[in-house]
Amino acid sequence: MPVSSNLDVDVWRGGARGAYQRYQVPRQDSQTVLDVVTWIQRRLDPTLAYRFACRVGMCGSCAMTVNGKARWSCRTHVAKVALDNRLTIGPLANLPIVRDLVTDMREFFDKWARAKGQFSPTATRRDDLARVAPASSARREIDAAIECIGCGICYASCDVVAWNPAYLGPAALNRAWTLVNDSRDGDQSARLAAVAGDAGCHACHTQSTCTERCPKLLSPTASIAGLKRATARAALKGAL
Amino acid sequence: MLWIAQRATAALLALCVVVHLATMIVAVRGGLTATEILGRTRGSVGWATFYGLFVLAVAIHAPIGLRTVAGEWLQWRGRAADACCVAVGVLLLALGWRAVAAVTL
Amino acid sequence: MTLHAWRHRDHPAYWASIVHRVTGLLLALFLPVHFLALGTALSGDASLDGFLAWTERPWVKASEVALVALLAAHLTGGLRLLLIEFVGWRRESQAMLLAAAGGATVCCALAFALNLF
Repeated sequence: MPVSSNLDVDVWRGGARGAYQRYQVPRQDSQTVLDVVTWIQRRLDPTLAYRFACRVGMCGSCAMTVNGKARWSCRTHVAKVALDNRLTIGPLANLPIVRDLVTDMREFFDKWARAKGQFSPTATRRDDLARVAPASSARREIDAAIECIGCGICYASCDVVAWNPAYLGPAALNRAWTLVNDSRDGDQSARLAAVAGDAGCHACHTQSTCTERCPKLLSPTASIAGLKRATARAALKGAL
Repeated sequence: MLWIAQRATAALLALCVVVHLATMIVAVRGGLTATEILGRTRGSVGWATFYGLFVLAVAIHAPIGLRTVAGEWLQWRGRAADACCVAVGVLLLALGWRAVAAVTL
Repeated sequence: MTLHAWRHRDHPAYWASIVHRVTGLLLALFLPVHFLALGTALSGDASLDGFLAWTERPWVKASEVALVALLAAHLTGGLRLLLIEFVGWRRESQAMLLAAAGGATVCCALAFALNLF
């Protein structure tokens, strides 16, 4: 396949009722999709709105839809995805569009809070430090899921989020799972109640697109399966 | 809750379906006749119990699944949707047990 | 022009969930028909025999094979889900579980089809 020196890049412009606009962008070595978007905004159209911060794959701010899949634009090499010199870049799916490539992340984080994705301490400064064995099964479950930086890629990739507006989503549930396993946390029964039901873990159909796309190689699928077991156990004990 | 009911009936159905599939695969050899089917099932307490339970499990399992699909693909949720799913369950139970009676009594 | 016209859903677990849903829907639609057919025995053996004679048509036989495939697919997919939900999700076993489900489905459909003739 001949590699031309120019890319045909379709970028979403506008809000929900916007349209793709095409730009010609010269190819460069080791070019990333973030490089492409930045080039467009600096040289062709300063009105293009997009988010980024670290540009080295640590913060998750640059998540957008590239050729149909949610990715970090700073870690997506053009050479790997623009197989026919074409790129289609859009905002993350399943979220309201503010403008162009920027989405309103409020609902994503609101659901995080609704899933009780925050730590509820039980100890005070006067207590001894908590002892958590790193090799314990609970801590290993937490370790496998704790590295989430809230980029929204899993949320944007989930069909159930699209089909069920109330669904809390993979990221929020994944975080809740890490807290369910945290022996120091004091809000377990409220958390299990929060993640159960039609809007919670039971709405997950194990499509596993979240796990496929997560740039940190986490598995919300596994975490949500864990939540299903934990909530079932609680329900059978009458504790839910 | 619904999820537990669906997974529990799923486990039961897994067993029932394996038996049913095996029976069908064997029974269908050389063609199917009423005499052959009814010869196996008529007056059999075993088959009556088996299929009676099978139908009950299906009548619980299927409507719960349909309820989810209605909510996600038709955006139909709430009491009317739930009532409709219960109705489907009742219908499956009625038709199913009628069929069981038809071949075992 | 809508934004979410197409999304690359190119991984096996996604299609497994769609197959599971569609087979479930089709089976749910089929069941009342199945129950009604068996219920014809209430009017006597001859009635059931009459119905069974109708099923000798080739397209009906083909549909029966398809139904066996639907049932086997829904069952094996469901067993895979039960394993994931109750035993746990492991990255290494996903492909194998899907392959096993697919293989078992094909075997059942074939066994049925071969016994038809």
